[in-house]
Amino acid sequence: MFETLWSLIVEQGWGLALLRGALVTICIGLVGMVIGLIAAVPFAIARWQRIPVLSQMVDVYSIVVRGVPGLLVIYLLFFGSVDWVQKVAVVFGYRDIAETAYPSIIGILAIATISCAYSIEVMRGALETVPKGLLEAAKSLALPPSVAFLRITLPLALRLALGGINNVWQMTIKDTSLVSIVGMQELMRMAAIAAGITRSPLLFYCIAASLFFAMTAVSQTLFGLAERHTNRGFSGG
Amino acid sequence: MDFTIVAYAIPFLLTGAKTTLLISVFGVGLGLPFGILLALARTSPNRLVCKAADAYCSVFRGTPMLVQIFVIYYGLGQVGFLRSNPVIWWLIGDGLHAAILAVLLNTGAYTAEIFRTAFLSLPRGLVEAAEACGMSPWIILRRIKFPLALRQALPSYSSEVAIIVKESSLASTIAVLEITGWAKRLMSETFAIMDIFIITSVFYLTLNVVGLTALKLLERQLWFERRPTRRKAASPCPS
Repeated sequence: MFETLWSLIVEQGWGLALLRGALVTICIGLVGMVIGLIAAVPFAIARWQRIPVLSQMVDVYSIVVRGVPGLLVIYLLFFGSVDWVQKVAVVFGYRDIAETAYPSIIGILAIATISCAYSIEVMRGALETVPKGLLEAAKSLALPPSVAFLRITLPLALRLALGGINNVWQMTIKDTSLVSIVGMQELMRMAAIAAGITRSPLLFYCIAASLFFAMTAVSQTLFGLAERHTNRGFSGG
Repeated sequence: MDFTIVAYAIPFLLTGAKTTLLISVFGVGLGLPFGILLALARTSPNRLVCKAADAYCSVFRGTPMLVQIFVIYYGLGQVGFLRSNPVIWWLIGDGLHAAILAVLLNTGAYTAEIFRTAFLSLPRGLVEAAEACGMSPWIILRRIKFPLALRQALPSYSSEVAIIVKESSLASTIAVLEITGWAKRLMSETFAIMDIFIITSVFYLTLNVVGLTALKLLERQLWFERRPTRRKAASPCPS
C-alpha cells in the first residue's frame, strides 16, 4: 500500500507535478483576482455615481456574468477568441508564442471577467455605506474631489469591502479549477492527467482536493489577520 | 443575430434545461433538509457530532465543486466494496445520479452555514420560554426555532438556490448534457459562439428569475407582521 503510494507520488514524480500545478493555480487566481479588482474600481464608481449609460452597461455585465455558470463564460471567451487570436498572431508573426501562451491568457482573462463582476457588487455596496457626512465635511474643507476620494472614501470603503473581497477570492480560487476544462495546465488538469495515466483517480483527485483545501484555509487565515488589522480603532480596541 | 441558429438551438437547450431543472430540484429538495440537519448537528451540544459536522462543512466549502464531482464519479468507482454495493453503485455509477449527489452534498454544506447562523441569531429568551412551558425539544424545534430561523435564512438561501442552478452546469464535465453541455456542443457545431451564449444566458437568467421570484413570494408569505386583531388568537402553549 505505502510502497505503491511512494512510487506513484515520489518516484514517478506526480507529487511534484501536482505541486507545480498548484503553483500555477495560485498564480492564475492571484493575477485574475487583481486584474478583476482593478477593473472593478472604475465600474463600481460608475454604478455608485449613477453615470447614465455606463452604469446600465455595467449592470447588464454584472447581472449576466453572475447569473450564468462560470463554465459558460469560459467557453464563450475560449471558443469566441480562437479564430481571432490566430489571425492576429499570424499577422504579427507570433504564432508559436500565441499557441503556447494562449490558454493561460484566456484562462486568466476568464477568471478576471468572473471575479470582476462579483467585485463590482462588493465595492459598490461598500462605497454606498461610506457615511455621507464625511464626504460633506471633506467638501466643506475644500478638499479637491480626487483627494477626498483617495484619502477618505477609498480607505473607508476598502475596510468595509474586505469581507466581501474575501468571499470573492474564495470563489475565484475555486473557479480556477474550471479553466482546466479548456486545457490549462493547473492543479485540476494535472490531477486529471495523473489519474488517467496511473489509473488511480481517487488518490489524485483527493490530493487535488486537499491542496485546494490548504489554499483556502491559508488564505482564510490571512484574511482574518488583515481584517483584524484594518479594524484597528473601530471596535473598542 | 441569426434566427435560423436560434430556432436550431432552442430545442436542444430545452432538453438541456430539463436536466438542469432536474438536478436543481433534487439539489434544493434534498439539499435543504440535509443542510438543516447539518446545521442542527453543528449547533448540537454533543462535541463529537458538532466537530464532525464542522469538518464536513469546511471540507465541502473549501474545495471546488469540480473536484468533488470528479472524486464522486471517477474516484469512488475505484473502491472495490463500493462497486459491489448495488445501492451505492446506482448512486455513483450513472453520470446524472453522481451529479445530483455532488450538488446535494455541496449545497448541504453551504445551506448548513446559512441555517447555523440563523439558529444562532434566535433570541435565547424565546427558547427558554418554550422550555419553561414544558415543550419537548422536538416541539421547540418544530414550532419555535425552525419557523423563526427559516424567516432569517430565506434571503441568503435564495442566493444559494441561484448558485445551485449555476453549479449544476458542472454536470456537463461528466458527460451529462444539461444546458451548458448542450451550449458547448452547439458552439463547436455552429461556430455562432456569441449567439449561443446569449440564448443560453437567457435560459439561465429565466431559471434564476423564476426561482428567486418564487422564494421572494414565500418570503413575503412568511413575513411576520404584528396585527393587533390577531393577537388574541395566538395561544402561548400547545395544550
